[in-house]
Amino acid sequence: MFTTRKQYEPYISPFDPCPPIRVKTYVTAPNQYVGFQPPNLPQFPLHEALKKGTLWKIFYDPYYGPYEMKRKGDQQ
Amino acid sequence: MWIYEKKLQYPVRVSTCNPKLAKYLIEQYGGADGELAAALRYLNQRYTIPDKVIGLLTDIGTEELAHLEMIATMVYKLTKDATPEQLKEAGLDAHYVDHDRALFYHNAAGVPFTATYIQAKGDPITDLYEDIAAEEKARATYQWIINMSDDPDLNDGLRFLREREIIHAQRFREAVEILKEERDRKKFF
Ligand SMILES: [Fe+2]
Repeated sequence: MFTTRKQYEPYISPFDPCPPIRVKTYVTAPNQYVGFQPPNLPQFPLHEALKKGTLWKIFYDPYYGPYEMKRKGDQQ
Repeated sequence: MWIYEKKLQYPVRVSTCNPKLAKYLIEQYGGADGELAAALRYLNQRYTIPDKVIGLLTDIGTEELAHLEMIATMVYKLTKDATPEQLKEAGLDAHYVDHDRALFYHNAAGVPFTATYIQAKGDPITDLYEDIAAEEKARATYQWIINMSDDPDLNDGLRFLREREIIHAQRFREAVEILKEERDRKKFF
């Protein structure tokens, strides 16, 4: 399934001083995939759009920190 | 000319008294990829770029000032009632000695703002690519601040700001496409 969260596994040395983080993540936001925005894309209702920061569903990509519970329906 | 609306672009709520978060947030106030740098960068580029994308720079540059105001509000709320002792614990003792609780344009490490954070090369493609990079850097900075913050209300505002950076980068990418477009070639949607 498509996700805007990507992972990679860095080299782990046997002599690293700290416990290794085996999987590193990074974000590839939706703006990396769309090119020039095509017409007639699905929109959020206006009230929701003002809260979310975008009118366009395709560009909505919320980010939550480690202290926050993931909210249902939002991707991480 | 600008018209000012006396309200924030998005409501700012802070739920915990944690001046340390102010120390992180100041990165987006007076840091290299912060909102001040963004506003100054885009508004200044408008004079030497093809007409078709001037409006976009005005719109986004103006919105960055609205973001600057949101960050300022967050920092103010987090510090206004903090005692010198609390500021000291938060690592803001050096800031307090110089500024009391006043905001100042510097980054999270206390380095003062400088015009060298922004560039104006006069080459439209070059300048727009800098703008795209600036937006992605601001998006990343918001992620790192959200990672450090356990304040859900503050993070809600930061999430909004981060989403706007995604949209700005998208629009700057479209601006590049507009400038690449061959003359007299009609495009229909
Ligand atoms: Fe921006």
